[in-house]
Amino acid sequence: MDQHQALLTYCLRRGDDNLILSHRLGEWCGHGPQLEEDIALTNRALDLIGQARNYLQYAAEVEGKGRTEDDLAFLRSERQFVNTMLVEQLNGDYAHTICRSFLYDAWHLPLQQALTKSADERIAAIAGKAVKEVSYHLRTSSEWMIRFGDGTEESHVRAQTALDALWTFTGDLFVQDDVDAILVKAGVVPDMAPIRSAFDKTVETVLAEATLERPVDGHMATGGRQGKHSEHLGYLLAEMQYLQRAHPGAQW
Amino acid sequence: MTEAQHITKERILALLENVKDPEVPVISIRELGVLRDVSVETGVVVVTITPTYTGCPAMDVMKADIEHELRASGIQDFEVKQVLAPAWTTDWISDEGRSKLKGYGIAPPERTADIRALKGAQPIVACPQCGSKNTVMLSPFGSTACKALWKCNDCLEPFDQFKCL
Repeated sequence: MDQHQALLTYCLRRGDDNLILSHRLGEWCGHGPQLEEDIALTNRALDLIGQARNYLQYAAEVEGKGRTEDDLAFLRSERQFVNTMLVEQLNGDYAHTICRSFLYDAWHLPLQQALTKSADERIAAIAGKAVKEVSYHLRTSSEWMIRFGDGTEESHVRAQTALDALWTFTGDLFVQDDVDAILVKAGVVPDMAPIRSAFDKTVETVLAEATLERPVDGHMATGGRQGKHSEHLGYLLAEMQYLQRAHPGAQW
Repeated sequence: MTEAQHITKERILALLENVKDPEVPVISIRELGVLRDVSVETGVVVVTITPTYTGCPAMDVMKADIEHELRASGIQDFEVKQVLAPAWTTDWISDEGRSKLKGYGIAPPERTADIRALKGAQPIVACPQCGSKNTVMLSPFGSTACKALWKCNDCLEPFDQFKCL
């Protein structure tokens, strides 16, 4: 693999993470537990879809085969998506949705902070904008984790249950392969070790305040970066891509 | 003199005063800090804008409004460019923009150099209706990506705050 191929794959990974989580958060639209939360979830979905577009536009340019961001979003199949498995997990109850976002945000913020120093100017510019938005995301999901964990007996149990169920997917966030190795060497992307430390510190601080217990690392589900996904992604894509599959090239 | 010779940067800037934020129609894209540059070279107008939030749907509308404004004035040769860096900050909202926001019922953002903002603490926001500082944030995410939802404990009115970014 050369650096060009690595850059393309990296942009797809960042784009797919944001696109898939954005779609999941968007599923709450009109179903939020209260109006303010409904709006807050879709606000975050909007930020993430914007970030996904930035990365997929760049991926399309890097690829240089005439595909557009829309082609990449709507015409790739499940095995061609390289998002982390965490983001495709079902919404579940509200604790589950918040916990999924919290784990993602705790990883996403230090990653974007590091990417602002990327040797690739375009990635540094995308990260420079994203980092401001993601700071708000992490603050919000952290506050909810604390409210649930340190709330009622039921909210505590639900938050801990969600955390236990989702923890297995956190391993996938830190997987590094050839793509990362090539780009780390070129100064385009950061090494994952300091991102892991920042993630651990955020998780430790927030869970302590939330009186929740950090699950023990057991079997960690990985493979998302290679296009191996849980059963949920196919259904998500079936819904997300339906229009372009049924009516190719439809526009409005 | 041909039409092209009449085109000056000043004239374009004056025209673009008519392009407002579609979601806050009292404030122009210049006052909002979205308009970054206008250049006129050999008759070609290049307008550079930057998005407030990455996913802000108003950006496409602003771009279309700029194009419409230029065309309506007989300007054909132009390009509207979007740049991401340097990233937009609420510090770029002009003082007149801030006072217009307040007049429209939206509390203007605090400065990013504000010590509370630096520490990530919640800002002290005055109610745009009654001026009271006895206010509380209901949600950091409001009716649009750039706003948070607040409530005044004195006049009991809910209000939007343009949040610091």
